[in-house]
Amino acid sequence: MYLLAIPPMLFFFIFKYYPMLNAVLAFKDYNVIKGIWGSPWVGFKHFELFFDNPLFWTLVKNTLLLSGYLILVGFPIPIILALMISELRGKKFKKFVQMVTFAPYFISTVVMVSIIMLFLAPRLGFVNVALNYFGLESVNFLGDPGMFRSIYVWSDIWQTAGYSAVIYLAALAGVDPTLYEAAKVDGASRFQKIWHVDLPGIVPTIVIILILNVGNVMAIGFEKVYLLQNPLNQVNSEIIATYVYRIGLLNANYSFATAVGLFNSVINLVLLLTVNGLAKRLTKNSIW
Amino acid sequence: MAIQFAGRREIKESKGDRLFAGVIYAILIVVVLAVLYPLIYILSSSISSPAAVTSGKVWLWPVDISFEGFRVLFNRAEIMTGYLNSIFYTAAGTFISVILTIMIAYPLSRSSFFGRNLFMMIITFTMIFSGGLIPTYMVVKDLHLIDTRWALLIPNAIWVWQVIIARSFFQSSIPAELMEASEIDGCSDIRFIRSVVLPLSKPIIAVLVLMYAVGQWNAYFDALIYLRSADLFPLQLVLRSIIIQNNSSGTMDAMAMVEKQQLAELLKYALIVVATLPVLVIYPFVQRYFVQGMLVGSVKG
Repeated sequence: MYLLAIPPMLFFFIFKYYPMLNAVLAFKDYNVIKGIWGSPWVGFKHFELFFDNPLFWTLVKNTLLLSGYLILVGFPIPIILALMISELRGKKFKKFVQMVTFAPYFISTVVMVSIIMLFLAPRLGFVNVALNYFGLESVNFLGDPGMFRSIYVWSDIWQTAGYSAVIYLAALAGVDPTLYEAAKVDGASRFQKIWHVDLPGIVPTIVIILILNVGNVMAIGFEKVYLLQNPLNQVNSEIIATYVYRIGLLNANYSFATAVGLFNSVINLVLLLTVNGLAKRLTKNSIW
Repeated sequence: MAIQFAGRREIKESKGDRLFAGVIYAILIVVVLAVLYPLIYILSSSISSPAAVTSGKVWLWPVDISFEGFRVLFNRAEIMTGYLNSIFYTAAGTFISVILTIMIAYPLSRSSFFGRNLFMMIITFTMIFSGGLIPTYMVVKDLHLIDTRWALLIPNAIWVWQVIIARSFFQSSIPAELMEASEIDGCSDIRFIRSVVLPLSKPIIAVLVLMYAVGQWNAYFDALIYLRSADLFPLQLVLRSIIIQNNSSGTMDAMAMVEKQQLAELLKYALIVVATLPVLVIYPFVQRYFVQGMLVGSVKG
């Protein structure tokens, strides 16, 4: 049994823990010939470079605004969706709604961005054709930095709301049925029932999902942002993750990019611990 | 009795409640339409004639049905290569991932396993903190995996979340007594896993296979950073270069400019269909496994 666990544990040490050691690169000047361990120490030089960089605040701001927007809108919607689905009486329709809303979750990021680009294309895109049809001007959605965040967030909701709702639906199924009977006896309306029975019943789940969401604030998906990016919307779409990729892998500035990445991971960890601690104190729910 | 009760409640439902229910139905119908419409639109476009697509004649149903897009698509070498590569990565990657996940999840589910809480902590910590992109890249590079097929199969082979789900399944459905009994009968660990654990774990294996397979089929990021040679690219990367970067290479030079543009546009829709259909078609049949898997995870999580 112990032998069995060796290959997977090796995997974790090689691909998860060894990179953490490699992150000392952030405090060194990487030299290809000397390798990571032979390169000279430079202390916090790369961090200082990053903090003094005029891009620093833009990157932090873009990262926070994008994920803040995503949580603000993307977090409550699946809850509302789940509450509405659980109100449905017809079993078939209920299943159908769940199945349809869950489906876009399986679309890959590349395909999702392709769909966005096809629909929002300046000339032939469906949305602009429709706008023209109603006598409105065409809009270059992806070229407008102001639109970027909304496009990102709302397409994300389209794709994942049904998936996220499943967890809340499961929590709703676990609410004590006697509470519903009591509410009925007391003559509660449907809305009162949702407000006083459903919602309190799923609060622990809500808190945990919120903690996990906040814990991902700085780690917001590189994949989709990178694909949606273009020179026109870069003012708002360049986030820390895409910057690390650009600087590190495209410009081969390994040490600097590692420092930026490390800064990101640490802030993220601190945020997660803070929110988890707060939640523990306020609601007695936490992820451990 | 139960039916009677339900019937009585229907009558008692107040006007406000019925209105409220009506609003919910209305909203959900709009939601369903909003989710379905883009998907139907893309499917319709992909089987319409090139001219109809570019002139905006397609609204809901296909116009002048033609399979021109798919014909051109399957004649392009890079797309076929990408397709075959993706099938390979999905099959091989899923196989490796599922085996490794079971190898760690099963021991960690046994209370007799020494230090299992420590191991569990070591594993879950990687979920909340990582060395970052560049340090991981360096490891892959030092192992000489860059630009090999292994780069897509190994570095992300185990997802912590899957380990958690599998572990809690094993914990709750394989009783320790069974294990003790087999030990007394002189059954080895490996044999116990093969002839008792695996047959009892079909539902969780289905969940693992599906999650990993969909993840592998849809992945592009690892390919983007680790691969250089075009003949190793998975479909998603080919897709990105054709649709997002708009590189319709010179295979269609002979055609008239307008026609070429129309076809390029049609090709995008056809590509989306081809890349997504395999996943969406099997989805309704396997949905319950997904939901099951998420539930097992959320009980513990």
